[in-house]
Amino acid sequence: MKKFINAPDDVVREALAGVAAAHADLRVDVSNQIVVRTDAPVAGKVGLVSGGGSGHEPLHGGFVGAGMLDAAAPGEIFTSPVPDQILAATKAVDGGAGVVHIVKNYTGDVLNFQMAAELALDDGVRVETVLVDDDVAVENSTWTAGRRGTGATLIVEKVAGAAAAEGQALEAVAGVGRRINESSASFAVALTACTTPAAGKPGFDLPDDEMEVGVGIHGEPGRRREKLLSAKEIVRIAYDAIQSAKPLQPADRVIVIVNGLGATPLIELYLLFGEVAAVLKDAGVEIVRNLVGNYVTSLDMAGMSVTVCRADDEILRLWDAPVRTPALRWGT
Amino acid sequence: MDIPLTRTWITTVATTIAEQSDYLTQLDSAIGDADHGVNMNRGFSAVVAALDGYEATSVGDVLLRTGTTLVSRVGGASGPLYGTAFRAMGKVLDGTDVDDRDVAAALRAGLEGLQKLGAAVPGDKTIVDAYAPALEAFDSDLDNGGTLASAASAAADAARDGMRGTTAMQARKGRASYLGPRSVGHQDPGATSTWLIFRALAEVTDRAAPSTVEA
Repeated sequence: MKKFINAPDDVVREALAGVAAAHADLRVDVSNQIVVRTDAPVAGKVGLVSGGGSGHEPLHGGFVGAGMLDAAAPGEIFTSPVPDQILAATKAVDGGAGVVHIVKNYTGDVLNFQMAAELALDDGVRVETVLVDDDVAVENSTWTAGRRGTGATLIVEKVAGAAAAEGQALEAVAGVGRRINESSASFAVALTACTTPAAGKPGFDLPDDEMEVGVGIHGEPGRRREKLLSAKEIVRIAYDAIQSAKPLQPADRVIVIVNGLGATPLIELYLLFGEVAAVLKDAGVEIVRNLVGNYVTSLDMAGMSVTVCRADDEILRLWDAPVRTPALRWGT
Repeated sequence: MDIPLTRTWITTVATTIAEQSDYLTQLDSAIGDADHGVNMNRGFSAVVAALDGYEATSVGDVLLRTGTTLVSRVGGASGPLYGTAFRAMGKVLDGTDVDDRDVAAALRAGLEGLQKLGAAVPGDKTIVDAYAPALEAFDSDLDNGGTLASAASAAADAARDGMRGTTAMQARKGRASYLGPRSVGHQDPGATSTWLIFRALAEVTDRAAPSTVEA
């Protein structure tokens, strides 16, 4: 393992110290291990808290700021935060209008956020939870823990953040977040495994001529392993998976994210975006907004995910609203 | 089971988890995210620190403090699940020296708390696949006139068998379920840490038991 670290156990805390040093408009509470907007709580505004394991940067800490999250609770690498952290974040951002928890659908995240929400309620803070489960590689069935939360989390955080910033009430902010989740689908393919600092070696071996299809964002193997294909063919696999799970219709307008999983160069992501644009054009689907880059990552995994979110005028208006965070910034 | 024995159980669990940390993480690499040993070790190290110098007034106090610390320090699914199990055990043991049936009832409360939170049933390839048969073996050994030590030993054996049984299962809960059929052929890390917890109980109760003459 070669990494720019000092000691595996210190990575999360030392990275947070770096976040604090880099971003004066964020407050890093080291003892509670949370990242909070310096102006939180904003009186009368619904607070937005997300969190999850570390290793997905810039998710979630990179999305804390005006127009998006009020706080993030980063856990250990690929491990959900503990209830104490989430509770501290929730109380730090409660401006009296309640707090929305944006939770990616993983057993650990769900359980820890659930415990934190119960504790917050005991302290008189109203909490609404938006569960994100956009990854169509996993079937929703009694045979799984349900679909995973991946790339659409960014869109939920951006749009719900804008709704909260313009003064919408708790239920409305949570409602638009849920609507984004229902309108979104993601699919990911990996070319390499990733290496957690604690494990020190890649999570699995993947020969040079093979790929993992239907991976999540925690370095676990995907739904199946296949021979490596061309970018065009890989995009077709992702598109077909999305189409069979949440079909797009001609004349649909969509926000598309072509997202790198950490170790894929931007030139490949742009190449992939070109392929996605071509496939959607053939389907009569209009890409009205897009992001290309590393937003929801899996440490040093080489790989990519495609997220498609059907958007109406209201969603686009909120998407276009000003945002000022370390990783997403426009209109300000 | 008295307060010192309960403490010894928990500190023995901590030692075992520390020793087996790499093994648990290795099992988790195959079907999860390669951190079960690391997380459990962080949690139980914190438990040992939390119990050090702690004045428990009941057996339950020790287990409550164990569970609360696990919830606060482990994260992931294991933190809430094991934390809730130990807390549920602690809530029903308010004496300073509880009898074997009380221990059985506490183990049952622990499983119920864990299942209520995690909604796993036997066959899902989880902690439950080691815990449920262990509890059954514990109860039936007591029913047949067993002692705390013999019941714990039977429970540890049953947990081990249950743990081995998870290899053939397809995961239906937790991160391993994302692999679908590819989760088959790998032993579940959670069931494995559960076996270690029961094995520690068997070890410490055996050491504490009055020596008996085999008939």
